[in-house]
Amino acid sequence: MARALINAPAKAKHGEAIEIKTMISHTMETGFRPDSTGRPIPRDIITELVCRYNGEEIFRAELFPAIAANPFLTFFTVATESGTLSFEWTGDNGFSATESVNITVE
Amino acid sequence: MIAAAALFLIALLGAGAASAAEIPLAERKSGYEFMGRETRAMQDDDTANPAMLSVLDGETLWQRKDGSAAKSCADCHGDARTSMKGVAARYPAFDAARRRPVDLEERVNICRAEKQQATPLAFESKELLALAAYVGRQSRGMPIDIADDARMRPFLQAGRDMFTKRQGQLNLSCAQCHDDNWGQKLAGAPIPQGHPTGYPLYRLEWQTLGSLQRRLRNCLFGMRAVSYPYGAPEYVNLELYLMWRARRMPIETPAVRP
Repeated sequence: MARALINAPAKAKHGEAIEIKTMISHTMETGFRPDSTGRPIPRDIITELVCRYNGEEIFRAELFPAIAANPFLTFFTVATESGTLSFEWTGDNGFSATESVNITVE
Repeated sequence: MIAAAALFLIALLGAGAASAAEIPLAERKSGYEFMGRETRAMQDDDTANPAMLSVLDGETLWQRKDGSAAKSCADCHGDARTSMKGVAARYPAFDAARRRPVDLEERVNICRAEKQQATPLAFESKELLALAAYVGRQSRGMPIDIADDARMRPFLQAGRDMFTKRQGQLNLSCAQCHDDNWGQKLAGAPIPQGHPTGYPLYRLEWQTLGSLQRRLRNCLFGMRAVSYPYGAPEYVNLELYLMWRARRMPIETPAVRP
């Protein structure tokens, strides 16, 4: 199971722009590197991150082999209502990870 | 005339020796201070520091029962946040049974073998690095405090000798870069003073966490010198000397380096 770190404010004012920082442990093996015997190591990357705010998709990113290990993505959204920010990463070899944080909007 | 020439020669030799002197304590700088703004920001923010993912893994491993004794680290040591506070700042430390210093990774494996009756973790394995990072994290901000007693002195001296010994096809010593030419550039990158304040650390070049021994192997490779197998006493002595050289500097574990 991959480990993910989410940094989002637990509380925000209505209409405020909030920064969300996400990081997940993943090797992001490019598929272009050879192993010690010279054979290429198969590609193994995260291909997508989706963030939903109370079920509604607010951010989506496609990831590619040039992205470093342990992808760190940050983005902004507007705090509209209290609820849950859920994150879903999917990738090669059936990789899937989810994480969620709660936010209170005043 | 001859006497004057001899004096001049002695003065020259003296000057040569002075340039190879140790860095005065007050002028020491962590590798952090040689980094760019973005890399510093990564280290400063625990939710942007990729090494924290390993620290979290280490926290899980700390609680996991392992080996035929079915004991976890926590069963003996309790809460690492209190029991491991300041421990990493004292390593490498003298091991009375082995009559030599051992580093933190080796200490973890000694505990595994003797107390948990589990197989030792491989050097540079994810698990060993995660445990070392988790233990090291508990000493963050604390000053490095290496025991400098009669038992340690021969090993400290061996480490110092290794640091100042020219080796490899480039015929370089560690001291030539890290004592004499720190702050200058090597292939565009700043040469740091070589203080191991943040190990195990996340190196962007590695894209993973790595130990001080891995870093030392990197340097030896760059000098085109023979590197030693992981766990070799040569590394532990050098680690010991480097930690003593960085005495009283704060621990940054888990640090980020370019």
